[in-house]
This record gives sequence, C-alpha cells and structure tokens, in this order.
Amino acid sequence: MSSRTVRTEGTQPQPSANDQLRFRQVESPSKRAIRRFFRHKLARFGLAVLAIMAFVAIAAPVIAPYSFRAQDLDHPRNAPSAAHLLGTDSFGRDVLSRLIYGARVSLSVGLVAVGIYEMIAIILGAISGYYGGKADWIIMRIVDIVMTFPTLMIILFLVALLGPSIFNVMIAIGIVGWTGPTRLIRGQILQIRELDYVLAARSVGVQNVRMIVQHILPGVIAPLVVHATFGVAGAILTEAGLSFLGLGILPPAASWGNMMSEAQELIILKRMPWLWAPPGVAIMLAVLSINFIGDGLRDAFDPRGMHGS
Amino acid sequence: MTKYIIQRLLVSIPVFFGITIIVYALYALAPGDPIVNIVGQQVFETMKPEEIQVVRQQYGLDKPWYVRYARWLGRALQGDLGYPLKGNRTVVEWLGERIGPTLLLMGTSMLLALAIGVPMGIIMALKKYSFLDYFLTVVAFAQLSVPAFFLALAFMYIFSLWLAILPTHGMATIGAPFSLWDRIQHLVLPTIIMGVFSAGHWARYTRMSVLEVMHMDYVTVARAKGLRERVVVLRHILRNALLPLVTVVALSLPSLLGGAIIIETIFQWPGMGMLGWRATAGRDYPMLMGLMLLSATMILLSNLLADVLYGIVDPRIRYD
Repeated sequence: MSSRTVRTEGTQPQPSANDQLRFRQVESPSKRAIRRFFRHKLARFGLAVLAIMAFVAIAAPVIAPYSFRAQDLDHPRNAPSAAHLLGTDSFGRDVLSRLIYGARVSLSVGLVAVGIYEMIAIILGAISGYYGGKADWIIMRIVDIVMTFPTLMIILFLVALLGPSIFNVMIAIGIVGWTGPTRLIRGQILQIRELDYVLAARSVGVQNVRMIVQHILPGVIAPLVVHATFGVAGAILTEAGLSFLGLGILPPAASWGNMMSEAQELIILKRMPWLWAPPGVAIMLAVLSINFIGDGLRDAFDPRGMHGS
Repeated sequence: MTKYIIQRLLVSIPVFFGITIIVYALYALAPGDPIVNIVGQQVFETMKPEEIQVVRQQYGLDKPWYVRYARWLGRALQGDLGYPLKGNRTVVEWLGERIGPTLLLMGTSMLLALAIGVPMGIIMALKKYSFLDYFLTVVAFAQLSVPAFFLALAFMYIFSLWLAILPTHGMATIGAPFSLWDRIQHLVLPTIIMGVFSAGHWARYTRMSVLEVMHMDYVTVARAKGLRERVVVLRHILRNALLPLVTVVALSLPSLLGGAIIIETIFQWPGMGMLGWRATAGRDYPMLMGLMLLSATMILLSNLLADVLYGIVDPRIRYD
C-alpha cells in the first residue's frame, strides 16, 4: 500500500494522489463492439476496400474516363493501351469505365435487395415470434414451403416472368431471400421474450407495438446486421451470375456480370483476358471484403459464439 | 421411431400441396394469353372473339382457376407434365434425360467438396488461432467469395486453352465411341469448380461443429480420465462433431440443383441446370413448371430423409 496521510481530527481521510481510486468508465456495449470489430484484421481490410469501392461507385461520372455506353466501333476489342487502360469490348466501349459504373450496379443491387427482404423478415418474424399462435403457424408453414424450392430456380422463374432489368433482379432476390432471416428473427424474439427486462416493461404497462419496437427489436439487430451483411455478398454474386447468363442486367448497362458474358465465346476467353478478368476480380474483391466485414461484425457482437449464427 | 417418421410424412403432405400451389400460381401470373402459345401469334391476331372463345372452351381455359389447378395437378401426379414450348418431346422426357448428368455432376462435386472441406474444418478447429487456422480461414473465405462462373472461366482458360489438357464443353467428345477416360476428362473441370466452391462452406461448418464439441464437458472428462489425445479426438470429439454433418449433407443435397445452372451453362453440360436456363431465356413456362415441381419435390424428399437420419443419429429428437 502506498503511504497515506491520516488526519487525526475528525475529517475524512483523503486518499493521496498515489492511490486515488480511479473508476473506469463503463464501456457501453456498442463501443465495445466497435472496438472488437476494429481489432479484427480482416474486417479492417474489408472495410477499407469496401469504402474505396463505394467511393468509386458514387463518384463514377466524375472518375470514369468515358461513358459506359459510348461505343467506338472503329476500335473494338482493343488490348489495353494508353487511351483505354483496360482495353475495349466488342462494341468499342471502354472497359475501365464500365468497370467503374459496374460498381454502382453491384452495390446498389446488393443493398436494395437485402433491404427488401430484411424488412419483410423483420415484419413477419416479429409477428410470428411475438404473437405466436395461428399467425406463427401459418407464417412458418409458408416459410417451409418456399424454402423447399431451390432459390436460384425461383429467381429464374421470376426473371422469366418479369423480364431482365435491374429492378426485377432486386425484386426477385428480395422475394426469395426473406425466409431465412424470418426464421432467425423469430428465434431471436422467442428468446428475448423470456428475458427479465421484457417482463419488467410489460409490468409497467408497455403495449404490444411499442414493446416490439422499443424493447424487443433492439436485441434482434445484432444478428440481423450480421446476416444482412453476408446477404449483400450473396446478392452481389447472384446478380452477377444472372447478368452473366443474360438474365439479369442487359447491355448497354454495365454490370460486372454481363461484362463477363462475352467470355463464353472461346476466342474471347483465350485472346482477350482484359475483357473478363477485371470484372471477375472486382466481384471477388467486393464479395470478399463484405464477407470479412460480416465476420468481423459477428465476432464483434458475439465473440464467444453463444448465439447461433 | 416409426411414429416419428409417420409424423414427418404427414407434415410433408400439405407442404407438397403448398409447393404445387406456388408453382401453379407463378405460372398463372405469367403475362400473355396461353391461347397465343397454342395457336401461334399470327393466327391469334386474325381470330375473331367467338373463335377465341371456342378455343378457350376446348382447352378448358374458361374454367375458374381452382378447377384448372386441380386438373393440372391431377395430370402432374399421373406423370403428365405437358409439352414444352419448343421441342417435341414431353416435359417429362426432357427432365428424365437431363436429370442423370446433373446428378452425376452434383454427386461427384459434393464428394470432392466433403473430401476437401471436412479435413480442412477439422484442422482449423483443432489448431485454432494457429497460422494454419488463419490461412485456411482466408482460403475458405476466398472460396466463398469467388463467383463460380469466374472460377470456371479462369480454369477453362488455364487448363483448356492455355495448357490444352482438358476439354472445354460437354459431357463427351462428339461422335467418339464411349470411353471412360474421355468421360472423366470432361467431368474434371466442372466437378472441381463446384467442389472447390462448396468445400469452403463445409470447412466452416465442420470447424464450428468441432469447436462446439471441443468445449463440452465429456471431452474434459475424457482427458481427465487419462485417455490419449488421439483417442479423445477420434472417439469423442470427431464422432460427435461429425454426426450432425450427415444430416446437413442430406439437407444440402437439393441446393446443389440450383448451383448447377451457371456451371452447366458455361460447360454446356447437358443437365437440368442448362435446361432451366434455356427455359428461362425462352419463357418456356411448361418446362419451368415441370423443373420447379421436380426440384421442389426432390428437396422435400431429401428434407424428409435428413429428418429421419437425424432421428436415427440423435435419440433425443425421437421422443419429442
């Protein structure tokens, strides 16, 4: 123990500067989570790459050297040169510009499609988990039935119905994706419902809707965000695959997927790698970063893996 | 046990009907008048309303939707799925022809994925936080993040065009007599792509499962008893960690169906995936409906199988 001056006259003993009791600021859970997230090396990397991509996507009209649809039929299929850093495609369009604009497509489709189905999942999951009973049974049966279909097949059917376009791709992915998260949210709500603070809120008289929104949903957000992050990665891959097959976003619109579809011709595959390699690497980089971020988020919210993923 | 199986079967029946309803509903939503498909575009434009009405009655298209659904379902259950828009064989014949290659591709690639992924996952879990774990984690992530078609194109580029040791398309060389080696050569690339792709997924799952088991009390007891580490790992950890894997494998069988579409199209592999792609591009609804019905039924059956397996493997489930 350090030296302590003891007053002898009735006053409270003041601790000296040496052993002043220092209370550590209690860290809020969110701050703790953020700190854990940034400790994750791969997640930091992913966030950096994603930030760059987002910037490129937003600043596309400013950064891109050419318009993505400007054709130059005098110079089709040119190898990379000073004028066209990544060469040109079959219609003379600049590959680099299309790559930059493609970022817009991929990121927006990912975010919107996941946004759609997570919203559906929150509503249905909350109804199912909180109210239970008949509504729960019906919703879970529908989830069972829809989950019995291979997802890509439903998406294909929807695209066949609606026609290929960026909005239809978003809608198709959104319509198919809500089943998983609905189950997840329902499970989470079933757990949270039993917790003490919910009982406390109810005993004070909190009504149903307010109960769900203010007390229950915040507990659901963490796994939901993790799930949504991985969902964006998946949606980007799905959109790329659809566009590649000619069933998603069609040219002249620039999507990383449809930039690669020409490579199905062997000549292009063999002689003109600048047409299909950059978009492929771009997709891979985007999805990889998002997956890293998702993993970092998952570790940040729940490092001991107590909640099911 | 039998009661459990019967229970599961009974639950599956309404799910099956739900599937048929969804498939039919999707078709009913399709734009365009089916009459056009029957008589052809030009004829349709020259027909008078009464003539159209006659054709409608002839094909029963004027009945309410539930009657049409019931008739479609009746025929489907008897194995009659109609004719595709193009081609002159029945949908069932097309499906039957194409399902074999798809199953071949699926089966081989799943075996490959398991052979690679499961050991990867076990190593990752047993040596957690080691360099190997991190390295394999990145590898597994990379496998999950690469778009399948990009990998396919890249491999095709390397092996078929650059090195020219493997063929690019199809199941067998056209016109050549049947040769097992030829078939294997054609099978290699698509299988590797699909297998590598899912290996990462299995690795992650196995790793999670082993990690969970590793912290269980009975493992600590086993070690405390003085058993050799090898016995602890093999008999206690792995056996308990890998059992649920069996059911997950059964559950994921049908998802292989979906993934095949892109690979099959790139490699021109004559399977159901390519059929689905062509049907979508050509808006061939009868074919799409048949495909969806078949896939969904297969998934339903494999879910049932997975549940039964789970019941066998884990006695706690049975007495629910």
